[in-house]
Amino acid sequence: MTEATVKTYAPPDRIRPARLLQDYGVYAAVALLVLFNVAFTDNFLQAATLRTQLVQVAPVVIAALGMAMVIGSEGVDLSVGSVMALAAAVLPLYIGYGFWPAVLIALVVGGLVGVVNGTLVSVVGLQPIVATLALLVGGRGLALVFADGQLKGIKDGTLLELGTGELLGVPYTVLIAGCLAVVIGFVVQRTTYGRQLVAVGGNRAASHLAGLPVKRVLIGTYVLCGVLAALAGVLATARLGASDPSAIGNLMELSAITAVVVGGTPLTGGSIRVLGTVAGALLMQLVRATLINHDLPDSAAQMIQAGIIAVAVYIARERRTR
Amino acid sequence: MNQPVLDVRGVSKRFPGVLALDDVSLTVAPGEVHALVGENGAGKSTLIKILTGVYRPDAGDVHYRGEPVAFGRPLDAQAAGISTIYQEVNLVPLMSVARNLFLGREPRGRFGLIDLARMNREAAEVLAGYGIDVDVRLPLRSLGLGAQQMVALARAVAIDARVVIMDEPTSSLEPREVDTLFRVVRELSGRGIAIVYVSHRLDELYQLCDRVTVLRDGRRVHTGELAGLDRLGLISLMLGRDAAEVRRDGLTGFSAHDAGDVEPILRVRDLSRAHQLHGISFDVRPGEVTGLGGLLGSGRSETAKAVVGALGADGEVTMAGQRLTRRSPAAAIRAGMAMLPEDRKAEGIVPGLSVRENIVLAAMPTLSRFGVVSRAKQDRIVETFMKRLRIKAASPEQKVSELSGGNQQKVLLARWLCLHPRLLLLDEPTRGIDVGAKAEVQALIDELAADGLAVVLISSDLEELVEGADRIVVLRAGAVVGELAGDDVTEDNIMTALAQEPAHD
Ligand SMILES: Nc1ncnc2c1ncn2[C@@H]1O[C@H](COP(=O)(O)OP(=O)(O)OP(=O)(O)O)[C@@H](O)[C@H]1O
Ligand SMILES: [Mg+2]
Repeated sequence: MTEATVKTYAPPDRIRPARLLQDYGVYAAVALLVLFNVAFTDNFLQAATLRTQLVQVAPVVIAALGMAMVIGSEGVDLSVGSVMALAAAVLPLYIGYGFWPAVLIALVVGGLVGVVNGTLVSVVGLQPIVATLALLVGGRGLALVFADGQLKGIKDGTLLELGTGELLGVPYTVLIAGCLAVVIGFVVQRTTYGRQLVAVGGNRAASHLAGLPVKRVLIGTYVLCGVLAALAGVLATARLGASDPSAIGNLMELSAITAVVVGGTPLTGGSIRVLGTVAGALLMQLVRATLINHDLPDSAAQMIQAGIIAVAVYIARERRTR
Repeated sequence: MNQPVLDVRGVSKRFPGVLALDDVSLTVAPGEVHALVGENGAGKSTLIKILTGVYRPDAGDVHYRGEPVAFGRPLDAQAAGISTIYQEVNLVPLMSVARNLFLGREPRGRFGLIDLARMNREAAEVLAGYGIDVDVRLPLRSLGLGAQQMVALARAVAIDARVVIMDEPTSSLEPREVDTLFRVVRELSGRGIAIVYVSHRLDELYQLCDRVTVLRDGRRVHTGELAGLDRLGLISLMLGRDAAEVRRDGLTGFSAHDAGDVEPILRVRDLSRAHQLHGISFDVRPGEVTGLGGLLGSGRSETAKAVVGALGADGEVTMAGQRLTRRSPAAAIRAGMAMLPEDRKAEGIVPGLSVRENIVLAAMPTLSRFGVVSRAKQDRIVETFMKRLRIKAASPEQKVSELSGGNQQKVLLARWLCLHPRLLLLDEPTRGIDVGAKAEVQALIDELAADGLAVVLISSDLEELVEGADRIVVLRAGAVVGELAGDDVTEDNIMTALAQEPAHD
């Protein structure tokens, strides 16, 4: 055999299957589920069904995008669900000033929560789980105070339109989620901030010594996560046509983390998979929908979801130890 | 020769883009100390990882005590009696020293609970035997790298092993610890335990080893008695150049500079930090290599870190006439300083990123426009430095964690050099680098100094320090105890300076 053929020949390696599974497993799973549904679920390919699925998953995708960045920084943000509730609670208070001011204020509130989280993590040095736990609990409480513990109907036309309207047959919410995925993908892959974020998540001490603005990067990331969560809250409120701070975003932190992990982003930081996160959210949504369509009880659905998470975490582990 | 305890036959291992091992064989007899040498990236660590079940060979097999074996994971190899000290300290940093020492075989008391008191007591005893006197209840990471490596050694030896593998065990040890290590190695060998010893420090090999296997580009190019091979012969085998050529190029790349009375570019005054630094003052001139001498724990690394603001300290640091007030690594970099940290794994590489991104990490803001990174600019810089430092990687996009240890070190050097600093602080810059590359790095330091760069050099390799530095500031227990310049820079004088004053505490 000549030197050249030796170089191009790539023999099967034990590392490869695990790596392939982690890199592409989530897309394969989504494809399989879609095929399964096309074959066995009535009306699956109808526009209305597809749209429902996408509309339902859009807020999860948006929250999960922020979560993916925080997890990539070697952190976690447990407060996203509460931020959604806060955003929902703030909307009716300011909607009198018009659509844009109200939405802007909701987003600012999300950003403020991010400032607090990011400061606790990077300046005070708390562990992310602990730091964001405070606002997981406190945030929803605050939301209920803002809202007087009541559900409030939304009458603003623009806001309702945002929840139900569409452009060329694609609901606004889906469109927004899609655009954000592209933007975040670009930010992570191509901007200085994005690369610094991945470096900080990969080795914080080294990043500090290399002169990276570690604190700014971390705070910025939690702020971005907070703003995205607030946007998810606004969209969920718009779709519901009512502000319901006691229900909106419940357990969203878990859905978001699940989407990120299933999408192949390691919990150990230093790597962010944006497209994988979107696919992860889609996968979990499809699983739930499929099981409900085929009349499995909710408890079974939850167990199957747990199984998927376990598999995803196992695959991620496999790769790290190899 | 008696029956080999370890017999590797025709092992090959391929990684994407590189054939790391190509039909390599190796036999080790009980009681033998076998040196495994080769350039950075020659495949030494890969071979070791195959022996211990971290990787599985693509071809060939391993026989241990006469039986073919295939360990699924390092723990199995350990249980079978092959114990390893890895190149990078491989313990649990947050667990206590004692815990690390006894991990997996803790002494049990009643109800099968861990007998903490006994564990701590025994751990302290064991470590005292290695000349390490620490509070074993502290987390491992509070120890220096050298002490951590000794804990790893103690752990590896305590396990009832028949083969002990050491991958560059001395690279973070100070001379006294190296002596301890040698003593342990000889003791083990006397007990009939086989030892595979990897090191780039040739002196050590000649002191310790019976036979040697030389790897080059993944192939075995030589096996034989070490005594029958002189230094030059060994080096030429490693590099694949003939001995005459090696002799002509010389073995260290240093030459002397004379900065004369040029204004210092860095003035350090009264640098102090509780328990670590006590009023350290020194100057560094452009075009000169200033060495920081001293033993481990003398405050050399702490001094370097305090100068660049990575470690809080009182005192004055003046760079190019500007007093640095708000000190941080970022501010230091803006002022034209760069520091290569000592601990490559913890403070250097970002494992998940590519070689390219690791090189440009510090320079990224200057290589981007409007916050968007420019690949073209990055590629140009990365190409230049990969060539200049001869970094061996499949491509710039390869993950840095897949590079051999020495090549990772070169990537870090590139990270700092591409900032075009005016002052370069190098903490153990040639750690883990092979002889060829070492001379290259030394020549590079030399060349940079000749171009007017100011260099601060820290090295536990006295020979390197003496040959490389034009001036040496000797530290002891966090205080300056002497300064040597010109012809006074000798190993003897450093040792004398170190011995002069009693320890601070
Ligand atoms: N996990 C991996 N994936 C891809 N390539 C790898 C991996 N591990 C090692 N390599 C490659 O295999 C080759 C041999 O590496 P190895 O670590 O065995 O070198 P080494 O002889 O120990 O060098 P050093 O003296 O620098 O430690 C190198 O070219 C390295 O880049
Ligand atoms: Mg190695």
